[in-house]
Amino acid sequence: MRAFLFLICPVLLFLGVSYLLPFLGIVQLSFTDPDPGLTQYSRVLTEDLPTGVIWRTLRLCVMVTAVSVSCAYVITFLWVRGSPLVRSITELCIMIPFWISVLSRAFGWLSMLSNRGLLNTWLQDMGLIDSAIQMTRNEFAVVVGMSHYLIPFAVFPLATAMRNVDERVLTAADGMGASRLRIFWQIFLPMTSSGILGATLLVFVFSIGFYVTPALLGGGQSVLVAELIYLWIFQIPQWGMAAAMSVVLMLGVGGILYVLMRRYGEMAR
Amino acid sequence: MNRLRPGIIATLLSGLVAVFLLMPLIAVIPVSFTSRRYLSLPNGDWSWRHYAALFEDAEWGQSLLTSVQVGVLASFLAVALAAAFCIGIWMLRPRGAGLMTGFVLLPMVAPPVVSSLTLYFFLNKMARWNDIIAYDKLGGVVLAHMVMVVPYAVVVIMVSLSQLDRRMDLAAQSMGANVPTRVFGVILPNIRFGLIGAFFLCFLLSWDEIGVTLFITSVETITLPRRMWMGLRDNVDPSIAALSVLLICVVTLLVVVRAAMLMRKERSR
Repeated sequence: MRAFLFLICPVLLFLGVSYLLPFLGIVQLSFTDPDPGLTQYSRVLTEDLPTGVIWRTLRLCVMVTAVSVSCAYVITFLWVRGSPLVRSITELCIMIPFWISVLSRAFGWLSMLSNRGLLNTWLQDMGLIDSAIQMTRNEFAVVVGMSHYLIPFAVFPLATAMRNVDERVLTAADGMGASRLRIFWQIFLPMTSSGILGATLLVFVFSIGFYVTPALLGGGQSVLVAELIYLWIFQIPQWGMAAAMSVVLMLGVGGILYVLMRRYGEMAR
Repeated sequence: MNRLRPGIIATLLSGLVAVFLLMPLIAVIPVSFTSRRYLSLPNGDWSWRHYAALFEDAEWGQSLLTSVQVGVLASFLAVALAAAFCIGIWMLRPRGAGLMTGFVLLPMVAPPVVSSLTLYFFLNKMARWNDIIAYDKLGGVVLAHMVMVVPYAVVVIMVSLSQLDRRMDLAAQSMGANVPTRVFGVILPNIRFGLIGAFFLCFLLSWDEIGVTLFITSVETITLPRRMWMGLRDNVDPSIAALSVLLICVVTLLVVVRAAMLMRKERSR
């Protein structure tokens, strides 16, 4: 009993006081500030500004997820099934961006895409365009930056699924004369579908609460949910609205994670 | 035997993804040598001024120090709490272990912006009681980072404990060792690599942390990512490019060295 007290309790106490209690405080705010009841929730889910932001977030996150997972699938395929040399090169291409700070990566995209950036300068030097094309401060930049950030995260579940593919099934298909394209479409792709689902949900959950990349590359033009919460705290203080939006976000993410866990729980059984 | 070797198309597509992944990291290099004070490419006049600024400007040094202090303190405390918790769960296998572990992992799965709001709310409240663990204070940042990295420490230490032979602990117990002896004499020495790994992971996460830090600091306690953010948000400062180049070099070096070490290990087998 004393061991329980000294070993298990400290972290529970620590997180209980500094995380759970204040979160309950946030939940309470969402029901009380400024109006008691469900007013904040109905405002978050009906007013133009928040609903617009929610739809934009969902739309961009679906795009980001599609781009990240398909890019990740292609490069993971090479990482898992390529020759040893190819494997080590792709591993470097995945791991180096993965370990680099989200800020440096956002800055990299600014250097690449901004009006005086690499791409615009090259295009102008080659005479393909007369004046710079606006490629930052819009949704395009946000999708590019977020996908770039999330590709390595999609790679890991995909790699696990691809490594678990039973080589004998592929050998059998090959022996029966299936073409390589057919082996891929009809056997390999369906056999890795659990990895695709895992990667999709993981990337979607990550992308939906994103703050830094959209704020830097969107330049205040395409505000997403997380940035709206920030604005509601620091620019136009509306604690109740920020709290209600956080609770909605938490519930959405919780729902997706629940599906993910059940799905993986079934597969583990 | 590899029945599904990546062909031309897969290799080509992967090459495009690899270029996409590495492009922004390469784009910052020329920008860091610009002689102007805004984001631009050096037009024949390459300059080291932004690198010099990093070393001359006392603010960058101060932020570096803050980041290291926060990282070391938060990681050390988080690993201590996490180790106690994991060992407690491992030794006692109490009822509700799954629920307790789920609770401890909460900050890892919750959307970062929700955690940020929660911690901002908590530290604001704390500011009324003391001025050490409070908004915009070093103690507050340490506490917030601890909350965010504790789950990762728990995961790493749990994995390392799951590989530990339970009979070793039973042997110690049957020879009359009490709980402290079992913990300090048997378990901790056997999971030391897990503890070191957890510490490094936590330090890295804290070193890169920006989402929460943005909410809980303003002018007094400025970590390195926070200062980068300020330079990026207001007017894109090429010093960030210089700093990014330095960070990218360090990461690339570490990843390449690690890959080379793994390859040598595999060959010598």
